[in-house]
Amino acid sequence: MTESFSRRETLKCLGLSAGTLFTLSGGILTAIDPAQAQTEVPLFLQISDTHIGFNKEANPDVAGTLRQALDKVNALPRPPALVLHTGDVTHLSKASEFDLANQLLSQMRGELHVVPGEHDVTDGPGTEFFARFGKPSGNRGYYSFDYQGVHFVALVNVMNFKPNGLGALGDDQLAWFKDDLAGRSASQPIVVFAHMPLWTIYQPWGWGTAEGEEIAEMLRRFGSVTVLNGHIHQIVQKVEGNIQFHTARSTAFPQPLAGNGPGPGPMVVPPAELPGMLGVTMVARAMPLALTDSTLA
Amino acid sequence: MKLFMTAFALLLGAQAANAEDVPILIKNFDFGPMNVTVARGTTVVWKNLDGEPHTVASADGLFRSQALDQNDSYRFTFDKSGTFRYICSIHPNMRATITVK
Repeated sequence: MTESFSRRETLKCLGLSAGTLFTLSGGILTAIDPAQAQTEVPLFLQISDTHIGFNKEANPDVAGTLRQALDKVNALPRPPALVLHTGDVTHLSKASEFDLANQLLSQMRGELHVVPGEHDVTDGPGTEFFARFGKPSGNRGYYSFDYQGVHFVALVNVMNFKPNGLGALGDDQLAWFKDDLAGRSASQPIVVFAHMPLWTIYQPWGWGTAEGEEIAEMLRRFGSVTVLNGHIHQIVQKVEGNIQFHTARSTAFPQPLAGNGPGPGPMVVPPAELPGMLGVTMVARAMPLALTDSTLA
Repeated sequence: MKLFMTAFALLLGAQAANAEDVPILIKNFDFGPMNVTVARGTTVVWKNLDGEPHTVASADGLFRSQALDQNDSYRFTFDKSGTFRYICSIHPNMRATITVK
C-alpha cells in the first residue's frame, strides 16, 4: 500500500491592470476572488523578462512598468519573502542596464534569485550577468536551494543552443541536475525555474528545451512539481501528472502568440491594453491532499 | 614624401575595401541573404533592421558580435577560406552561412 500526498503550489498571475487572479490546483484552472488572495501568504513571487534597456514603441518605459509591478507586490499585506527572476533582466546585457535593474529590483523585500535569459548573456560568457548574479552558483548559473521545505532548482538553458534552435542544458548541467534530485524524498515539493520553456511550446521559434523529455522523466516520481519559465512574455500552462508547467508574463512588453508573425519580437498593442498584458506570478501553497490507494495485488 | 605615399596608398586600400564590403541585412528574424560566398579578405557587414536585437555568432567561435540594437552594424573580415555557419544567439533558429573561397 502506498499513500502519497502532494502539496501543490497555487499560481496567481497578477496583472498590472485590475488583475485577474487564477489558482491552478489539481490541474483545474479556476479564477478566485482577488479579496481572498489578499489574505493568503504567498510562498514566493516569480518575475520575468523585465528587459531593462528596451525603449521601443511596444513600451518606451520598461523601468516604469517594472516599478508599477513592484509597487503592487510591495502593497500586499504580506509580500513574499522569496523572489525568482526567470531571466531577460536586461535587453542588451549592458552594464548600465544591469545597474538600473538591480536598483529597481532591490526595492523588493524578498530574497532575489535570478537565472539568465539569452538577452542577459549576449556578451559571450555572460560577464555582466555573472558578475552580479553568479555567486550562488559559483558562476555556473545553475544551483539549488531549499526554502520552507520546498526544493528550488535554478537551471540555465540559454547558453548552449541546439542546431534546431531549442534551448539546452548541456550534458554537465543535466548530470548535475540528476545528482541534485537523486535520493530526494518524492514527497518534497519541487520548483524548477529557467528562462526558456523546459517543454516544447513552439519549436520553429525555439520555444522549448532540447532535453525537455529527459527533464520531465526525472521529475515524474515527485508528488508536487512546479516548472516555471519566462521568455515568451505570455501565460501558457500545461499539467502532466504531478508536474505543472507555467510561463510568466513579462513586465516589459507582450509577444505574439506562437507562429503569429515573422518572429517572437515585441508586440505593439494600444497603450490602454498594455497593463493587462504585463504582470508577475504569485505562488502560494495550497493543501489539497491527493491520496492514492492501491491494493495488495 | 615616402610616408605620405604610404598613407595615400593605405587610404586607397581602405576605400577599395569599403567598396567591396558585402552587406547582410537582418530583417524579420532572418539573415538576408542567408548564404553568401565571398573572396578571402572580404569584410562582411551585418546591419539589424528589426526592433528586436540580434547577434551574429559563428558556430566555431571565430566571430561574435555584441547584441545589435535596431540599425546597429557589425563588421568582420574573413581572412581564411572555409564555410562558416553562424546564428543569432538570441534567436538561435536564425541560421545562415558564409563561404570564403
